[in-house]
Amino acid sequence: MSAQSLPAKEKSRISQLIQGLSIGLVFGFLLQKGGVTKYDVIAGQLLLRDFTVIKVMLSAVLVGMAGIYTMKWLGWVELYPKSGSLGMNVIGGLIFGVGFAILGYCPGTIAGAVGNGSMDALIGGVAGIMLGAGLFAALYPWLNEGILKWGFYGKVTLPQLLKVEERKVVLIVAAAIIVVLAVLEAARL
Amino acid sequence: MDYLKEIRWSPYVAGAGIGVLSWLSFLISRKPIACSTTFAKASGMIEKMIRGDIVDSKPYYQKVKLVIDWQWMLVTGIVFGSLFSALLSGDFHLQLVPALWASRFGTGAVKRILAALLGGVCLGFGARWADGCTSGHGISGTLQLALSSWISATCFFVGGIVTARLLFRF
Repeated sequence: MSAQSLPAKEKSRISQLIQGLSIGLVFGFLLQKGGVTKYDVIAGQLLLRDFTVIKVMLSAVLVGMAGIYTMKWLGWVELYPKSGSLGMNVIGGLIFGVGFAILGYCPGTIAGAVGNGSMDALIGGVAGIMLGAGLFAALYPWLNEGILKWGFYGKVTLPQLLKVEERKVVLIVAAAIIVVLAVLEAARL
Repeated sequence: MDYLKEIRWSPYVAGAGIGVLSWLSFLISRKPIACSTTFAKASGMIEKMIRGDIVDSKPYYQKVKLVIDWQWMLVTGIVFGSLFSALLSGDFHLQLVPALWASRFGTGAVKRILAALLGGVCLGFGARWADGCTSGHGISGTLQLALSSWISATCFFVGGIVTARLLFRF
């Protein structure tokens, strides 16, 4: 079947899949070059011996935020903040953190670790993450009735919450990130 | 081109690159970079192979449809992007037990695999509970200044740092 005869919906789906794959290829390349596809680097961060993970994340947030908010102000993009609640984000986040330390990879970096040759990531970690996600899917109807709704705040962003202009919050967060990174460098961490 | 063959880049260069990539993701695909939903889909797809179409009717898989989508391909892309980078620099190593793990828990492979499995279960369960991971909340969500993501990312690291300290007891 030639590409021309595909319905428009199917064409746009294929284009979405190719875009996802392309972004993933570059993301994986950058994660590996940054060193964060390795257990020793991630566990080293959680032991506060190696600050590579925080440096990669904060510089991604700094550059990403500056560009995406600028494009939002120009009307080029919209934001997609995730809805949340204290029950979801605090409890789920802490459970995630426990797994993060035991496994030594996260869902994105584990894919990179597999590409880097880490067999503990492929054999143990990927299987575990899928089991954990399946377990959540099984418990979801019950959790969603109660604990996930506790302390609900929805898709709110910090400027909306604080009722402060977006530009000011972006500048303050950017300045705070630069200070944290400068302190890490000054302390030779 | 020699720069592409280096084993490690400055974390600031890698991080800034990810920041620019997130611009493209918003601009072209109209989506933030994220990873962990894909593991829930993959899990549901495997369950569907075993138990059949009844799995589609689970409430969670009504919300998260069991189809290969943009993010599924992104996670696949990460594997090959990382492999390509590692092969270019000669940094590809088949390894079962990481050095830092071995320094604390020994070189036994079974112990490491079981720990990775258990850690993975917590990670996968927690990522779905919090509705995001270190990518979706930790980078894409925080850069949008989402409250849910700043709280989640803080808790990822609080939980991780406390657990790592208990594990390594130093």
